[in-house]
Amino acid sequence: MSRIIKLIVLGVIVLISMMAMNYARDVAYMIHAGIVMVIAIGLFLYTAAQSATQPALDPHPETEYFDSVVRYGVIATAFWGVVGFLVGVVIAFQLAFPALNFEFLQGYGNFGRLRPLHTSAVIFAFGGNALICTAFYVVQRTSAARLWGKGLGWFVFWGYQLFIVLAATGYLMGATQSKEYAEPEWYVDLWLTVVWLAFLACFLGTIIKRKEPHIYVANWFYLSFIVTVAMLHVVNNLSIPVSVWGSHSVQVFSGVQDAMTQWWYGHNAVGFFLTAGFLGMMYYFIPKQAERPVYSYKLSIVHFWALIFIYIWAGPHHLHYTALPDWASTLGMVFSIILWMPSWGGMINGLMTLSGAWDKLRTDPVIRMMVISVGFYGMSTFEGPMMSIRAVNSLSHYTDWTIGHVHSGALGWNGMITFGALYFLVPVLWKRERLYSLQMVSWHFWLATIGIVLYAASMWVTGIMEGLMWREVDQYGFLVNSFADTVAAKHPMYIVRGLGGVMYLTGALIMCYNLWMTVKAAPAKEASLVAAVPAE
Amino acid sequence: MEKYTFLRQFADSWMLLALFLFFVGVVLWVLRPGSSATYRDTAAIPLRNADKPLSSEEASNEHA
Repeated sequence: MSRIIKLIVLGVIVLISMMAMNYARDVAYMIHAGIVMVIAIGLFLYTAAQSATQPALDPHPETEYFDSVVRYGVIATAFWGVVGFLVGVVIAFQLAFPALNFEFLQGYGNFGRLRPLHTSAVIFAFGGNALICTAFYVVQRTSAARLWGKGLGWFVFWGYQLFIVLAATGYLMGATQSKEYAEPEWYVDLWLTVVWLAFLACFLGTIIKRKEPHIYVANWFYLSFIVTVAMLHVVNNLSIPVSVWGSHSVQVFSGVQDAMTQWWYGHNAVGFFLTAGFLGMMYYFIPKQAERPVYSYKLSIVHFWALIFIYIWAGPHHLHYTALPDWASTLGMVFSIILWMPSWGGMINGLMTLSGAWDKLRTDPVIRMMVISVGFYGMSTFEGPMMSIRAVNSLSHYTDWTIGHVHSGALGWNGMITFGALYFLVPVLWKRERLYSLQMVSWHFWLATIGIVLYAASMWVTGIMEGLMWREVDQYGFLVNSFADTVAAKHPMYIVRGLGGVMYLTGALIMCYNLWMTVKAAPAKEASLVAAVPAE
Repeated sequence: MEKYTFLRQFADSWMLLALFLFFVGVVLWVLRPGSSATYRDTAAIPLRNADKPLSSEEASNEHA
């Protein structure tokens, strides 16, 4: 019966997407309708070919964890990571050498289109897949229950990949609403909302049917990430399509309200997507890898409530010296500075989890990766509040300092903790005794770390330099430098930044090879070891 | 009173106070007597059930 309904729904989707292709008012919309049509036809044929009888074995037994979807998530994370880093390296060199913006790619594949592709690929494709797959892994283990919703986890995974493909191809073809980190157009936003609600249902359903009496702190962070991102996404993307058959839309908010909504969204995307979600990873994988519980569970609860109470107000610091009222930008600045406390509280909690096991830093490169990620978290959450102070912001805003700050957080904190989680997950998920090569993990660690240092240091230098050049006036009060002067002066730092990116990308490629060989060549875990349960 | 002014005044006073008291309440709740033993058990959650879910009987035995 449900198979018949599925076939009818898929058939209707095929029909509507064919109509959409026919009526399409722009190329991006037509191609997107085509992508949806091809997928729906494929799913229709797949469903039709399946046998109508129920399989003898329940595909979702309550006695086992739902790990196959997590395995796919691990692969997707590694894949999109490499894609996102590669695009980042390309645009870094396009900035250093404008000749790399080729004539034949004009309007599709050059800096202007690739830059948002890079940010969304690393944040939403790499980071998003990492968050979804680790959330699925962690919530099952810490609830001692199988993921809720039978096959709904598969819908979340594949639905999210479809969102990524629609967003990425849309950017290249110019279907964008020009909001930072929220570029996808209205129909892609609607699709993401559906997928996200399914994600929330899987996660919350598992927590509700948990076998542990308490909800582990990592799940609090993951849940706040899922709920807040849903709220931010819906409010910031309130728009009215010009036509249901086209990719253009008009924002509901305008002027300073639109700007404030955008940065309320933008900063909380950092706060809840890139911080709360990844803190969930920290609170699970660091205790796991260190084989000891978190340093202070009390601190972790205070950390959680302080972080979510304060972060949500910090957005206006993106709009200093604009049409935004002074009180609002002061509010944003003050809350950004108060954020020091929960951020550092969390960092201390992560680092001190290793107290009594610091020797592992010498022997275990995976824990080294996790520790340096928490270190970068501390550094960038120190730098961020400082940059939010109005006087500092007047120098740093619109300069490359901001880019450097974002990357020390993204490459250092988000990237490194994700790599650590992947190194932990692959042997567990594919039932291998150990990683293929710890030496390669060390290589990855050093390449990535030195790459970030090159990146951040060159951006500090070039950012402060251009900030000072912009404000330099001569004795008559005239500006000394033209914009092109600053661009010329930045050339050497841009090359250094590009090299840092190459090193980071190389590290990620080494990781992919290492993980691949772990699955292919590392010794399989003994069956008896799998069944071993720690005594209590 | 105009809606904007009302909401601003409300946000600056009673709502701020309510959120602040909630937060203070969380801190006091965390420090309540007997919390350390509970949190020791909760903090150890990641270190168990790594391979398969608990069945209902196991769960009731474990926390009996």
